[in-house]
Amino acid sequence: MDFINSQNLIYEYTVYNEEKGESQPFRALNGINLTVPEGQFIAVLGHNGSGKSTFAKHINALITPTDGVIYVNGMDTADESKLWDIRQSAGMVFQNPDNQIIATIVEEDVAFGPENLGIPSQEIRKRVDFALKTVSMEEFRRSAPSLLSGGQKQRIAIAGVLAMKPRCIVLDEPTAMLDPAGRREVIDTVMQLNRQEGITIVLITHYMEEAALADRVVVMEKGRIVMDDSPEKVFSQVEKMKSLHLDVPQATELMYALNKRGFNLNGNVLTIDEAVNELLSHGFKGDMNDIDLPRNEQHHKSGETIIEVRRLTHIYGKKSAFEKTALYNVNIKINKGEFIGLIGHTGSGKSTLIQHLNGLIKPDSGQVLVNGTDINAVRGSLKNLRQKVGLVFQYPEYQLFESTIYRDVAFGPKNMGLSEDEIDRRVRSALKLVGMGEEYYEKSPFELSGGQKRRVAIAGVLAMEPEVLILDEPAAGLDPYGRDEILSSIQSMHKKLGITVILVSHSMEDISRLADRILVMNRGSVDMFDTVKDVFKRSKHLNEIGLAAPQISVIMDKLCDKGIMLPCDVYTVDEAVDILSLILR
Amino acid sequence: MNVTIGQYYPVDSIIHNLDSRSKIMATMLYIIGLFTAKGIIGYTLAIIILAVAIYLSNVPFRLMLGGLKGILIIIIFTVVLNLLFTRQGDVIFSLGIIKITDYGALLSLKMAVRLILLIVASSVMTLTTSPIELTVGMEYLLKPFKRIGVPAHEISMMMSIALRFIPTLIEELDKIKKAQMARGADFDGGKLTDRAKSLLPLLVPLFVSSFRRAVELATAMEARCYRGDINRTRMNEPVLKRNDYITFSIYGGFVIVTLLLRLIWGL
Repeated sequence: MDFINSQNLIYEYTVYNEEKGESQPFRALNGINLTVPEGQFIAVLGHNGSGKSTFAKHINALITPTDGVIYVNGMDTADESKLWDIRQSAGMVFQNPDNQIIATIVEEDVAFGPENLGIPSQEIRKRVDFALKTVSMEEFRRSAPSLLSGGQKQRIAIAGVLAMKPRCIVLDEPTAMLDPAGRREVIDTVMQLNRQEGITIVLITHYMEEAALADRVVVMEKGRIVMDDSPEKVFSQVEKMKSLHLDVPQATELMYALNKRGFNLNGNVLTIDEAVNELLSHGFKGDMNDIDLPRNEQHHKSGETIIEVRRLTHIYGKKSAFEKTALYNVNIKINKGEFIGLIGHTGSGKSTLIQHLNGLIKPDSGQVLVNGTDINAVRGSLKNLRQKVGLVFQYPEYQLFESTIYRDVAFGPKNMGLSEDEIDRRVRSALKLVGMGEEYYEKSPFELSGGQKRRVAIAGVLAMEPEVLILDEPAAGLDPYGRDEILSSIQSMHKKLGITVILVSHSMEDISRLADRILVMNRGSVDMFDTVKDVFKRSKHLNEIGLAAPQISVIMDKLCDKGIMLPCDVYTVDEAVDILSLILR
Repeated sequence: MNVTIGQYYPVDSIIHNLDSRSKIMATMLYIIGLFTAKGIIGYTLAIIILAVAIYLSNVPFRLMLGGLKGILIIIIFTVVLNLLFTRQGDVIFSLGIIKITDYGALLSLKMAVRLILLIVASSVMTLTTSPIELTVGMEYLLKPFKRIGVPAHEISMMMSIALRFIPTLIEELDKIKKAQMARGADFDGGKLTDRAKSLLPLLVPLFVSSFRRAVELATAMEARCYRGDINRTRMNEPVLKRNDYITFSIYGGFVIVTLLLRLIWGL
């Protein structure tokens, strides 16, 4: 039976058009025809504004169609008498874990749904125990949600839906705000619910490796469904996916690029192992010694040291029951003009380290030197330092507060006590760097889209004209298009201004594209600090400390393990294609 | 981040395990009793009852006195006023226009004892009952008044959501503060007006994000079939046990005794 059946679904809302001065209808969904059989795992892709979330809210009857009809479990969502049955049978999990937990104790929160349904107490107790066990959170049942990790909170949210005994769960970007470990927890849970409990899953995501796990992938664009097929078939259309500003897994991209060079490989490849097997079964040239493989050597830029960290140790909650060593004996030297990628799993000390670099946290022992001066030995205000080392926090758009974009960006320079003319010059040049034109100056920052807000917030730090720019996960929570925009403006900033950049990221693909050197943190210490090549070629070691090298590195590494003689320090698709096209049969 | 809200002292004890409704009711009865009590017998009873409750609660005594700090001024003020302006009784001390009578001294002593007992008694309640339990207790006790338009369930839901979001918002405030400091904001120095102005970059983002959270939370609650107090059940339906009835009898008895003492013997 079809669990979801939408026929010619249209949803419109009115938006106020400032230029014309009138309200106009905006079509968020423009004729969606989709049937989802019970028990299917379907992934929905599409960039922000494509209508994914609007469609998801229809399944839960949070909104009802302007035209057309959608049946959920055989019930018309426009029929108000069925509202609670629909919401019970198709539960929903949202993006922000903090904003969907209602109670102060985990099990009370899980009980919230069944309580609303008027289920008898003993039955609720049974369901809560079952739901917590299913998501492996039973040991936390009496905990306060605020003490849990992001991944754990999302599992609680899933348990909360599960306790209502739904037949379908709709997840709207449940992993967008999580680190890789948390993402894995959530996706494993979702897979298990689908495979073992037979629950229909609708997963909205920006992560292609998650979509690759689904039975079926639906791609949305401008309120319409533009692709609807198996993940292999959808992702193998690399050109089309790129034109929709969506990613494909690197393994798929590699096959596609090789086929473009005239090879005849199976393009329906999604995972690392599939790619390795396909390449091996295709076969390599027998004698590879004569082939001159291209090598682009990387040297790390030598030059003036701009930041030096000496024997830095920091302990949180010293002499209390919660004492925790966040950093232990960290020694780093960063040169002027370098682009450093900083990686490490949550809790490895990354955030603590970057906050030391501009004096927001003081070391318990050791020194932080900027341009040769110990920043904590300087008397008085740290304002001067903070203008030299600019720090952009995660989700920086949450710090915007002024009435206009211009004034918000001017906040930093104003605090520095600069002249009006100088402030004006800096605001203009900073906004130009992030690609925000003059037409935006007098707009309120709260009118902008997510990606634009973030660029304005970054401009707010840039306007202080720092010598070092530190960015903590600048692309977190954005869709692939927004992410590429932010990262390319960071890259061009680095090139144009020659400033030193430290980029904290969970995405190895992003780091590999941008950085000169990678600093790997593990358990509060420096694990590796080396060129991108030398870090990624140790993909097994990265795996051991909870990080993953880019797919390409792992593919090349696995081929080396199989005895294929090729350089195993390759980490971009282009490079891999250049090398493989020389040695593939 | 671990943020403790209220003054709940989480240990196990007979008092902790009482239903929050009984504790709220007992505290209210105790306060009524305190104000009906007139003479030495009533006060002695009040002190004994409270002492037993404190002993059974397993909470250190100094924490009970913590609540007194805040109202010490009020106690002193009441005592001084009663001492100075009571004209009844025999003068036991006089200096210029200041005349202190024996009746006034007794009255101010009673007042002080009454206030101290009142505060300590409510501390016993808040130290042994978590804020969320108090919320649930209030909801159940207010239920009878729903007919006259008291939104019992809504009040309790608002309070528990507020309790749930306090740690989240504190964490958020800390992040915003650091982000603005990284932009050169200074939250420590300056005159009072400057400091008030410097709070704007903190409060505006906090309010904006609170509204965003509120909208998202409301959607999430609706998606989980929340429709107010219609046909709602509870996983942990609070049940009154033997100890709750005993508590109720003791405190009810206390009120009756003080009432009888006052009405019949005028004590």
